[in-house]
Amino acid sequence: MFIGIYLVFKEILNTGLFFLKGLNMAYIPHTSQDIKEMLAAIGKKSLEELFQGIPEDVRLQGEYNLPSKLSEPEVLCCLQKLATKNKTTDEFVSFMGAGTYEHFIPVLIDAIVGRSEFTTSYTPYQPEGSQGTLQTIFEYQTAICNLTGMDISNASIYDGATSLAEAVLLAHTYHKKKRKHVYVPAGLHPEYRRTLHTYLINQDIEIHELPSIDGKIDIAKSKEVVQADTATIVIAQPNFFGVLEDVDEVVALAQSVKALSIMVVDPVSLGMLKTPGEYDIDIAVGDGQPLGIPMCYGGPSFGFFAAKQQYLRQIPGRIVGQTVDGNNERGFVLTIQTREQHIKREKATSNICSNQALMALRGLIYLSALGKEGFYEVADQCFQKAHYLADELSKIQGFSLAFSAPFFREFVLHCPIDADKVLAYLYEHNIYGGVALEKWFPERKNDILIAVTECRTREQMDRLVELLKNMGV
Amino acid sequence: MSYSGTNGSFSRTLKEYGCIMQTEEKNNNMEMDDEMVVRIPLIYELSKPGRRAYELPQLDVPKQDATKILGAKYMRKEKAMLPEIDTLGLVRHFTNLSRRNIGLDSSFYPLGSCTMKYNPKVNEVVAAMPKYLKVHPYQKDEHVQGTLQMLFEMQEYLKDIAGLDAVSLAPAAGAHGELSSMMVIKAYHQSQGNSRNLVLIPDSAHGTNPASCAVCGYDVKTIKSSANGFLEIEDLKANLNDTVAALMITNPNTLGLFEEKIKEITELVHEAGALVYMDGANMNALLGIARPGDFGIDVMHYNLHKTFSTPHGGGGPGAGPIAVCSLLEDFLPGLIVTKDEDGIYRTVSMPESIGQTRMYFGSIGVILKAYAYIRRMGKEGLGQVGKIAVLNANYIMNKLKDVYHLPYDRVCMHECIFSADEFKKNTQVRTLDIAKRLLDYEIHPPTVYFPLIVSEAIMIEPTETENKETIDKFIEVMKSIATEAQEEPWKVQEAPYMTPVTRLDEVKAAREPILKYTPNLKK
Repeated sequence: MFIGIYLVFKEILNTGLFFLKGLNMAYIPHTSQDIKEMLAAIGKKSLEELFQGIPEDVRLQGEYNLPSKLSEPEVLCCLQKLATKNKTTDEFVSFMGAGTYEHFIPVLIDAIVGRSEFTTSYTPYQPEGSQGTLQTIFEYQTAICNLTGMDISNASIYDGATSLAEAVLLAHTYHKKKRKHVYVPAGLHPEYRRTLHTYLINQDIEIHELPSIDGKIDIAKSKEVVQADTATIVIAQPNFFGVLEDVDEVVALAQSVKALSIMVVDPVSLGMLKTPGEYDIDIAVGDGQPLGIPMCYGGPSFGFFAAKQQYLRQIPGRIVGQTVDGNNERGFVLTIQTREQHIKREKATSNICSNQALMALRGLIYLSALGKEGFYEVADQCFQKAHYLADELSKIQGFSLAFSAPFFREFVLHCPIDADKVLAYLYEHNIYGGVALEKWFPERKNDILIAVTECRTREQMDRLVELLKNMGV
Repeated sequence: MSYSGTNGSFSRTLKEYGCIMQTEEKNNNMEMDDEMVVRIPLIYELSKPGRRAYELPQLDVPKQDATKILGAKYMRKEKAMLPEIDTLGLVRHFTNLSRRNIGLDSSFYPLGSCTMKYNPKVNEVVAAMPKYLKVHPYQKDEHVQGTLQMLFEMQEYLKDIAGLDAVSLAPAAGAHGELSSMMVIKAYHQSQGNSRNLVLIPDSAHGTNPASCAVCGYDVKTIKSSANGFLEIEDLKANLNDTVAALMITNPNTLGLFEEKIKEITELVHEAGALVYMDGANMNALLGIARPGDFGIDVMHYNLHKTFSTPHGGGGPGAGPIAVCSLLEDFLPGLIVTKDEDGIYRTVSMPESIGQTRMYFGSIGVILKAYAYIRRMGKEGLGQVGKIAVLNANYIMNKLKDVYHLPYDRVCMHECIFSADEFKKNTQVRTLDIAKRLLDYEIHPPTVYFPLIVSEAIMIEPTETENKETIDKFIEVMKSIATEAQEEPWKVQEAPYMTPVTRLDEVKAAREPILKYTPNLKK
């Protein structure tokens, strides 16, 4: 009872103080005078009167069990301190990839994307007041089409894995949900595969793995297993092991059963490698992180989604189109919206509402800053350096490349001992040596997936080679 | 008359600034005609072979012939058609484009259901700390303890604010959180051997609600709203049976009203063996007021970009964590952070997890900003948010209700909904026209034509971060637009006038889709 009286007393005291001083908070501007005047205008005596409609037994009792407020310097200090517990790729030389890559990020990206007109606006529902965002999305869609060789692109999706899931849902709907089979390669990124599985579990679809050989799809055997009522065949290029697939043959196989072909692609590889458009792919998807987005423990990023023209009315997400204003001046708007959830509701095939505009903007600025030649150079430097390192590593006694097929900028190193031991040894020497594959592929206990980007120097690579030579196994 | 986007505020003409340029005079980044219309070319139109905005360090390994090593069949025929532009040209292009946007930092942005509150700059500084950015998602738990501790604490905070037992930070957006929630519900029922296949959704719900059900393979039944704007309990009762998996409810609902019988509603649903999901879009109203777990919600999603002040970024990235009751904990998606006895934070997946719903852990950069906000506000600050957000909305509602029709005349929560039906009948001025006219005052229009059950709806959410002066100015502008609508309706119908483009032809955009730049395509 005493506690009850105390709480009531405290509440009265708080309310009193509150009315004396206002809230005195930086993000809530109301003075006590403001509150008094506003309540008077509404005809209420207290803030409490605004909540009379809420039954007492559902009201929050007391206060949240959260820490007390901090000032700005305290917030900065607290988070700075916490951050020191991370072992970053500034302190460790990283050869980790597997879908997230360390690339040079032009500093002008942060300067532009940090402009509050871009960060603090929302989905461009009112095009006349959002031409900045809309034009950048239009330019982004163009960049993605040019990169992938596809006809159309949406305004972006959450990430590469959800983009793939949406593509497969599209294929399923395209075939009026009558085709039950989806084929994916063994070299599909495990997180893409798991996401796909989660998205499809409530649909009448079966996911199968294509037979593989030497780290890539076994075309001959695949031809034997792919069934007639296949909705889509998914290809990853390069695949999770870094290996290049024979995409043209897979596309031919898909076309032979009138299934859609979906290609998951590393956007950086498109600086030099054959495009989904050139392969006659139906839908190209992938993750935009390599295009100017910091790793940040895996998010946020953006997923790109590009397709042939014929799928325009089925593709998920926002799309920006060009039009004219009352003076016949060029302008941009969200368009083809009848596909979307806010109109279709329960008849929708995707629930996607927003896009990853600010991340897609990073991608656009990255591609524009590097430009036609620079972007080719990024791809080429990745290729050159990855091949340099692969050559040097495979010269070390006991180490070899797990696959003989061509690769782009990532490869699997087969070690004479447990991959975990090798990685732990390299960690002692301030190197993140790559990603151990055992987590997803238990039979690959000795295998490490190594990625090389333009950020790695010859000196760093030589040091890795030297350390492995001297590991003493 | 046309206006430019050159001087920070897009509503000023070049003439007003006394910035008269010769008509032939152009710079790289802007074109102007004799009517002083300023156009910003597409970046592709600025491209010139041989220019570049960024240089890489020299290649330091022996160069090999890629085509020879890989084989010509793997190579693209031509380099990608990306812009070739110099650094300054590029910076100026995007800077000029940014000026064609209304943002929260320059303008009042009362977009209903979107909670456009101030996005604190300290959040941005925190999220840009290199020690959070430069960590790879496959680093071992021991090597990312800073990030994991932040995530662990965030889970704890969100549990407490929801009044629920467990949290997954995985979902990438509100709609994604909603979809994840429905998947969790489905997995739970399946684990119980239930084949319940129907989800009840009020007619006032966001479009994502039924769409998420569709992706989950659920059938949807719409529940009516009563004349006073609440969920119709009798209709709910009539539809509750053993095929119902869940009720999806938004509280406060999209009419801005707190469902006064929420406890009765959740009890009825639970008695029927179904679960209650809450769309957390309107959670800002509840901060310091009520906890969803306390009124019987089983699962909900948050929008960190609404309730917890992370910027909307022109459409994303946001984040949509979900909170669940203990019954559903084992089904949470993705990875959860736990704390060992020895104080080490670890990522684990739940035993009956619905699986992964995206790549990696979550949108860390967004979560960091929300974390910084929660620490900055603390329990004291968050406890006041709902009260002031509700005060602001009711103040607007009362000040405007004599001028605009108020379909549900009762105390509202964080947002108020008007209808422009009267104007439409009398003067043909529609909600859309009023919205466009607001742009001329550099105010971002409210949400319009939602919720669907209010015709010509105008949905205004001021948030707690707007001061009285801003709100008073908005009220004055809304009143003057109402006067205009009566006296000179054409003025409203032809708005906006002060924006970089006048009203855009959306029908043409959809009928003759131009979705990318193609060289030499005539206008």
